[in-house]
Amino acid sequence: MTHNFRFSGTGGQGLITAGIILAEAAILDGKEAVQSQSYGPEARGGSSKAEVIVSDETIYFGRVTCPDVLLVMSQEAADKYSGDTNEHSIIVTDTLFVKDVPGRCGERVDLPITHAAVEACGKTLFANIVAVGAITALTGCVSDEAIEKAVLARVPKGTEEANKKALQTGIALVKNR
Amino acid sequence: MSRTLLLQGNQAVVEGAVAAGVRFYGGYPITPSTEIAEQLALRLPQVGGKFMQTEDEIAGLGTAIGASMAGLKSMTATSGPGFSLKQEMLGLACIAEIPVVIVDVQRVGPATGQPTSPAQGEVMMSRWGTHGDHWVIVVSPSSVPESFELTIRAVNLSEKYRVPVIMLMDEVIGHMREKIVLPDDYQGIEAASRKTPSCKPEEYLAYAADKEDLVPAMAPFGSGYRWHVTGLVHDETGFPKGTPAGTVESLNRLHDKIYNHLDDIVTFENYRMDDAEFAVIAFGGAARSAYAAVNLARQEGLKVGLFRPITIWPFPEKQVQEIAGRINGILVHELNYGQYVLEVGRVVAGACPVSLYGKYDNESATPQELLAEIKKAMKK
Repeated sequence: MTHNFRFSGTGGQGLITAGIILAEAAILDGKEAVQSQSYGPEARGGSSKAEVIVSDETIYFGRVTCPDVLLVMSQEAADKYSGDTNEHSIIVTDTLFVKDVPGRCGERVDLPITHAAVEACGKTLFANIVAVGAITALTGCVSDEAIEKAVLARVPKGTEEANKKALQTGIALVKNR
Repeated sequence: MSRTLLLQGNQAVVEGAVAAGVRFYGGYPITPSTEIAEQLALRLPQVGGKFMQTEDEIAGLGTAIGASMAGLKSMTATSGPGFSLKQEMLGLACIAEIPVVIVDVQRVGPATGQPTSPAQGEVMMSRWGTHGDHWVIVVSPSSVPESFELTIRAVNLSEKYRVPVIMLMDEVIGHMREKIVLPDDYQGIEAASRKTPSCKPEEYLAYAADKEDLVPAMAPFGSGYRWHVTGLVHDETGFPKGTPAGTVESLNRLHDKIYNHLDDIVTFENYRMDDAEFAVIAFGGAARSAYAAVNLARQEGLKVGLFRPITIWPFPEKQVQEIAGRINGILVHELNYGQYVLEVGRVVAGACPVSLYGKYDNESATPQELLAEIKKAMKK
């Protein structure tokens, strides 16, 4: 079983960190994982994408050619990175930023990701962890224990509780939709 | 005991350097190699080493050469623009026979190019970049675990043969994160060290090479052994002689110390080549597309294999000739307009058709794109 993920949005939204966390969780579960990214020369702003492949088998090509799950957290990213989805792809959008996604999909899941991050944790910067929670709940590709452990291993000291809350918020967004 | 980690290729280089005994890094951060400098700044002091951020790229290699002369295993890292600037120092390390490892994580060029996008545009430059006849070893990893192993090997080869070794990476492997299992401590890692003189200091001839391996013993500066380091062509005393015969003798030895030991230096991987009727040749990040494309071809019943040079220079001449004699064609896939293909063509010398799939659009080839090119080339 192989899962192909693409997380896309604007530089600074923490999507590469989200990708790393998902890949680390997969490794904690004993799977193979490859994470790659593409971004411009800017430190902030500009479109950015992170890709993760999780598999039970050896992963040769490390980039995603047809995402099983595409997360879009900006309209520009939706326009730029949804061209290679197919009729089985799940497209997850942040309703605060995204209206239209040109790419094909089997299921479109519109979630108030950034809004929920502010509501639960007080800051937009937890949106990436909310998104990680939502995607974990949608796909079940990694275990709950592994994803929590991976989040806690990556976030700054002192923010553990807020990030746990963000993760649970994301899981709840999917379960209660 | 071991640790299972998710690391970038660049981070694996850092651990490989520490494991190989590198204790000095001089360099100037540049995308997409910056993580190497960033992490070595943290790791080297932990193991008693020194990290120096220099004022520019030239001084990055200059300080690494100096530290190596003082006896430390040394390295630097850069990307294309910095590799251009380092060429003069690289020549000095060649002629003065200073062990040093230079990591070049390639991005799109020339000049500033595309800092965050992958390319393999320095294939020929890594071999011929500095002026004058010179011989270096160039290795290219295709995975994160191999970035660790090959950094150790690069350090070992540079110490053993007293030659600069270039670790030619690309953005694909430098920035990719994947699983790697690292030993908890690096005590068991095989680490080569340059040989040091056994004679008395007053009898030391810095460039008198052993007949067997043609490599002279190297005394660390400050050890009481005195030697003269120069970029001029020199004899065994280290001083320039300037005679035609002296130059020939000196250059021949610099060549032969590498090319007499190709079986030790040249490494490669044959993937699904046993019954292959057609071969893809690819290395570094481009090989990741090639493994997948070969597997796609096999699913369609096409007998395609991958020959992956790990040591890209010296060129695996014997191996490529052997393959060319038993298959129907070769497709070279590289992330540039066509560089390695020139050498493949020269070595194959008409034994089978050689085609090129050069990609230079800021992106890796997808396995499907490469498969289509394989099919096209097979019809030739």
